Amino acid sequence: MPAFPKKWLWILLALAFLVPLLQPLLPDVVSNYRLFLVSTMIIAAIAVLGLNLLTGFNGQISLGHSAFYAVGAYTAAILMDKLDMPYYATLPIAAVMCFIVGYLFGLPALKLEGHYLALATFALALSVPQILKYKWLEDLTGGVQGIVLSKPDVPFGLPLNEDQWLYYYCLVVMVLLYWAAANILNSRSGRAMMAIRDQYMAADTMGIDTALYKTVTFGISAAYTGIAGALSASAIAFVAPDSFNFFLSIKFLIGLVVGGVGSLAGSVVGGIFYVLVDNSAQALSTFVKNDLGLQFDLSAYTVFGIILIVLMYLMPMGIVGGVYYLVRSMRSPGAKAREQAALKQRASS
Amino acid sequence: MKTNRRTFVGGLSAAVMLSGSRAAFAQKKYDDGATDNEIKIGHTNPYSGPASSYGVIGKAIEAYWKSVNDRGGVNGRRINFITLDDGYNPAKTVECVRQLVEQDKVLCTFNTLGTPTNTAIHKYMNQKKVPMLFVATGASKWGNPKEFPWTMGYQPDYHTEAVIYAKHILANIKDAQIGVLMQNDDYGKDYWEGFKEGLGKEAGRIVKHVTYEVTDPTVDSQVIQLKDSGANVFFNVSIPKFAAQSMRKAANINWKPAIYLNNVSGQVTTTMKPAGFENVQGVITAAWLKDPTDHQWDGDAEMKTWREWMAKYNPNGNLGDVNYVYAYSVSFLMEQTLKKCGDNLTRENLMRQAANHQKLRVPGLLPGITVSTSPTDFYPVQAVQLQRFKGESWDLFGDVMHAESS
Amino acid sequence: MEQFLQQIASGLANGAIYACVALALVMIYVSTDHINFAQGELAMFSTYISWQLMSWGAEFWVAFAVAVVFSFVMGVTIERVILRPLHNAPVLSIVVVFIGLLAICNSMAGAIWSYLIKEYPSPFPKSSFGIAGVIGPHQLGVVLVTLVVLGLLFVFFRYTSLGLAMRAAAQNPQMARLVGVRVDWMLALGWGLAASVGAVAGTMVAHIVYLDPNMMGGILLYAFASALVGGIGNPGGAVIGGFIVGVLENMVAYAGNQIEKITGVYIIGNGEKLTVALIIVIFVLTVKPAGLFGRVVVKRV
Repeated sequence: MPAFPKKWLWILLALAFLVPLLQPLLPDVVSNYRLFLVSTMIIAAIAVLGLNLLTGFNGQISLGHSAFYAVGAYTAAILMDKLDMPYYATLPIAAVMCFIVGYLFGLPALKLEGHYLALATFALALSVPQILKYKWLEDLTGGVQGIVLSKPDVPFGLPLNEDQWLYYYCLVVMVLLYWAAANILNSRSGRAMMAIRDQYMAADTMGIDTALYKTVTFGISAAYTGIAGALSASAIAFVAPDSFNFFLSIKFLIGLVVGGVGSLAGSVVGGIFYVLVDNSAQALSTFVKNDLGLQFDLSAYTVFGIILIVLMYLMPMGIVGGVYYLVRSMRSPGAKAREQAALKQRASS
Repeated sequence: MKTNRRTFVGGLSAAVMLSGSRAAFAQKKYDDGATDNEIKIGHTNPYSGPASSYGVIGKAIEAYWKSVNDRGGVNGRRINFITLDDGYNPAKTVECVRQLVEQDKVLCTFNTLGTPTNTAIHKYMNQKKVPMLFVATGASKWGNPKEFPWTMGYQPDYHTEAVIYAKHILANIKDAQIGVLMQNDDYGKDYWEGFKEGLGKEAGRIVKHVTYEVTDPTVDSQVIQLKDSGANVFFNVSIPKFAAQSMRKAANINWKPAIYLNNVSGQVTTTMKPAGFENVQGVITAAWLKDPTDHQWDGDAEMKTWREWMAKYNPNGNLGDVNYVYAYSVSFLMEQTLKKCGDNLTRENLMRQAANHQKLRVPGLLPGITVSTSPTDFYPVQAVQLQRFKGESWDLFGDVMHAESS
Repeated sequence: MEQFLQQIASGLANGAIYACVALALVMIYVSTDHINFAQGELAMFSTYISWQLMSWGAEFWVAFAVAVVFSFVMGVTIERVILRPLHNAPVLSIVVVFIGLLAICNSMAGAIWSYLIKEYPSPFPKSSFGIAGVIGPHQLGVVLVTLVVLGLLFVFFRYTSLGLAMRAAAQNPQMARLVGVRVDWMLALGWGLAASVGAVAGTMVAHIVYLDPNMMGGILLYAFASALVGGIGNPGGAVIGGFIVGVLENMVAYAGNQIEKITGVYIIGNGEKLTVALIIVIFVLTVKPAGLFGRVVVKRV
């Protein structure tokens, strides 16, 4: 998968930082609610990024990332609730915690491949909400009732409101994590990770410590998703076992595939899609019912299913992959023409 | 002529009230979401995901407002009802409700469904001072006007209901040994806490307490464990599917305890019939709504009106689904509350009117049960009546119990 | 002791349910090399079809037969229309399509038949069947039907040329094509058969758990685990895997109970039984990575 052009990345980033400042000028367009929505997209993007590191770049499938998300969210929530820790200090602890859980889980996962790994991770996703309700942990986790938190305060007397601050907070975290991921992938370790994905045996014979790389990748991936979970605990200001059911894992997977497997930019697109598609499916379903006057009750969930299938039809490689091939096929006739012109010139001279 | 002091005072206060209300009527006051022609109300509900069986409540409420609008609206204003799908996921509820409050600018939210989902928005709504009326959950924390003056519940809470069962067991069953089956979430937990509180010193009578997860295919294993404990009372805190399964299984393995069933599963067609009528004779539950599948209400005037409304506005709706009665009743209460606001459609006045119902008769509630609220009482429906299953329908017995919630 | 027997019996009965659905999963895996997450929802949809026929007055076995045939056609159609254009798409993209299918089936069933639970009749005679107090007639019937379906599949794959062609098409499509197997149609056929097996599973399960659009959600998890324990490509293994998972789960709860009875301390119970059962399953898989009855596929590089 191609890397995203650097120039565009910088422009997008500058825009992302500037947009909230336009709020006084365009209060309806840049509303607090929209900023909050974008914050949830960013959080989703980080989670998908974590999954992508594991599945997209290391070739290990996971249906269990909702578990790491939950561990991250609960770690942050418990630290804030029981120890009155400031919200920003919980991020590194949640990351370390999830890294350990992910690493340990990666050990038995070494023996499993494909569908079996899918089952093992699936089991993880199912177990975590149950463990959160476990009798002896109830004092810590709040059991089925969960933990109610406060939203992050704006520090240093910055002239921002809560939602603007949350947005910047999430954005900075994402940029850092994105940058770190890009660097990892570009390094010797990153190439080893991808070599394991593409040619496991070759990588093994070439002396890459496949077991170590696979488990560490599991840990890093879990840490990324755990950070997203910790951010979400701050953003939503509430954690409960119901928020972390198996379907969350499925949503991450959808974000991953729709965005683009094995593409960092795809993770961001996937995160945005994952939040957007829910809302748009509902809007579409109301539109069909009220404006097109369809008698049959087409629910948002049906529309959601149809969107997924249609997307996979149009872009089986995900949105980023699809756009890339589209751009390339649009460019290639031009490139051919230029090539031919150059050949002619050479012949005439 | 001698003026009686008392009538004079009475007359004066009546005059003051009249002038006050006239002033309110003369001067139209609006907050976000209310205009001369329209009132915007927000709502969240699980239309997808594991709790999607509650989706009909949202659809029925939508249909109710359509019928109100066809009648000319409330005090001449159309109701614009915006309902969003939160999939029973608290994180998603926050997103939906923020959209409703900040983007769509609704006057209030109404009957948002679920305990964890409402917990997630509880603080937010009270910070924003947006009324969060008649939430659709039986947890006991929604009637706390001191800390959360913008939130009000609706139905009798699970906690109180469980206390009633506990008291009934202690009073009527000699040497009770109790087994409890409970759904492992906040709904089950509320019943469980209430039940233990109701038993008080006798809590040791609970000989076995088992739980199930909503994703479990069956609860057979749990019922076997309960039987093995030697319990002679079965307190059944489960949703219809598992309530029916557990009572059928109990009969199949020849366990014949006295069964107390939670109100959540008290419908004839969705629980009692699937469990097999022969297996559920004598089961006791508490009720506050009329069960549409119970033939004793076939000739009832309110239920006839309800059926006509169903035929017109929910032609595809299942007439056996008590959720439609629930939605009808709670929407009726909302309509009355809005009517009382007159032209003063501020959020503050809406809360004041919601907390000012006196013995209001709401269709769908059992005879003798009415809605009363006050600035210190944020529990609209608080009464239940016990009923026993006999033949193919419920048999109400005893008095309507007005339980004061904690 | 009585409880022990009853727990085993109830575990076997539940296991039969898992085994039935696991068979459908194995079926689709053997013939298309995919795990179909929408299998449970398709089965649920088929069960609703049979329910509808019965509510119109059809006999159980008539409705059953129609539902099985209908499912076959539905399966073939889905393969030809939805999956055919995606034959070359990556596996994960196919998984997303399955999730889309799951969402559509689930919500359509809800929209058509509502989310309320419905009673579903049992075709087995009430009295002369089963062992009183231990296993009910329907439960025993489900076990028998599962074994019959298993037998039929075994015969089909082992002794018919069509079955052989299907296996060939899934395992080595190019070679199969060379020897004249119409691989595309074999895939469609696999889908049809899997949907039919699913319909059988659905009609057997519905009496026990009642019919509602979400009835297969929980079961599919167990079926997935069962299929993998037994070895995903092995129908017999899947059935045994189903029974293992069913009994194991009840035994975990039973053991927890006994511990609590003896020591008075709550360690594990019903809330944790699935977790513990899954941990055991995964442990088994790390020791035998291809499942208990699966063969390790040796890859030539």
